[in-house]
Amino acid sequence: MGEAIVITSGKGGVGKTTTSANIGTSLALQGKKVCLVDTDIGLRNLDVVMGLENRIIYDLVDVVEKRCKIHQALVKDKRFDGLLYLLPAAQTVDKSAVKPEQMKELILELKQDYDYIIIDCPAGIEQGFQNAIAGADKAIVVTTPEASAVRDADRIIGLLEKQPDMESPKLVINRIRNHMVKNGDMLEIDEVTQHLSIELIGIVADDDEVIKASNHGEPIALNPNNKASIAYRNIARRILGESIPLQSLENADKGMFTKLKKFFGVR
Amino acid sequence: MKKRQNVTIKGTKEGLVLHLDDSCSYEELKRELDHKLSANARTQDERQLTSVKVEIGNRYLTESQQGELKDLIRQKKNFEVDDIESNVITKEEAGRLLAETEVVTVSRIIRSGQVLEVPGDLLLIGDVNPGGTVIAGGNIFIMGTLKGLAHAGCYGNDQAVIAASSMKPSQLRISDCLNRAPDSIQSNENREMECAYIDDDRQIIVDRLQVLIQLRPNLTRLEGGH
Repeated sequence: MGEAIVITSGKGGVGKTTTSANIGTSLALQGKKVCLVDTDIGLRNLDVVMGLENRIIYDLVDVVEKRCKIHQALVKDKRFDGLLYLLPAAQTVDKSAVKPEQMKELILELKQDYDYIIIDCPAGIEQGFQNAIAGADKAIVVTTPEASAVRDADRIIGLLEKQPDMESPKLVINRIRNHMVKNGDMLEIDEVTQHLSIELIGIVADDDEVIKASNHGEPIALNPNNKASIAYRNIARRILGESIPLQSLENADKGMFTKLKKFFGVR
Repeated sequence: MKKRQNVTIKGTKEGLVLHLDDSCSYEELKRELDHKLSANARTQDERQLTSVKVEIGNRYLTESQQGELKDLIRQKKNFEVDDIESNVITKEEAGRLLAETEVVTVSRIIRSGQVLEVPGDLLLIGDVNPGGTVIAGGNIFIMGTLKGLAHAGCYGNDQAVIAASSMKPSQLRISDCLNRAPDSIQSNENREMECAYIDDDRQIIVDRLQVLIQLRPNLTRLEGGH
């Protein structure tokens, strides 16, 4: 039986969908059977980020309303040999088309066949959010180092903690601009984690390549050399239980010697 | 045979005390009170009101009964009932009194949008994040950082205080006074181990924790000791 993880944030535009796509992709790269579920009904876009838009035939609402079987609605990602599937959201109706109990049932059914169900949550704390967290066992809260995003994340964590049978949520800090953090114009990672006081599961640096890749419908995690990609892969490995130190945000190209020195703790 | 009196009037140092016996029925008591007060009624309107205390022993009077007695005493004499003292209170009242003096310990983080309210004192082991609210009928003690809103003495207790290990509130309220953080805060400022209280000008003052020892000696609940 698999595990359902909801990716949520409260505030919009902090990178829930990108994070969902990349964590899903990274887990599939690790050989896990993954199903991505887009619960942003009426505003679907996970399919666009994954580059699977033109293969959609049925959607989540069709499944819930029993117009089709689950496996008919799932879109297979050809890049992964039967490891990665997407259940797209409906675009023509709104979030009230689905009830939390229906979502619970749906996720439970998916858990039979998949190792990981990654649920992409819509922004806000209304019905869409309630639907998204209904079937989830774990939650990952995405935030950026901005006061407004952190405030909303705090609210969301408060709501998640009230949820019975859900583990304490984990934190991803996204879009960190190191030069701004250094100048003191952006919140520091420590400040954010201390404030939210939940376990940090990953930090992702802001990178133009992420946007470029998602415009091409290719999650950045497929690129083995990108920093953000490595960050997402690390998050996936941490989900699988490996313990990996947090990536340094300094520009890494300082040569082998510096790295070695750093490794041995020589300054 | 002389009947035992159910209503006695005594003069004490503090003033007149009406003692009402608690072993007779309420109706009987009312009748006798009426009779007694009427007996030596002197209608001297110019005389100013005298305040009296009413002691009712082990009798419980409802709000409406208390009102009835007050009116009765008021009508007959130029008495103003100051206080009705009874040895008994209802269970609810006792429970409320207990709750208001109890220290409730809570170990969690009060996050944005969450409200924690207790009738008595609050001891919070954790932070109050911005957007979070803690409300207490009594004092508020926060072992972590206060970044949200704290309202102590919410039922109108001016003596209530707020203390925090790290005091960075968005707003402080004590009783009906209000104080908000200055618009430009120096983030490097050390705001540790501080307390807030209402001073004589009814302003909320934030100061070192230690000033409370002088200002609010009642915070000590330890009896005896050295």
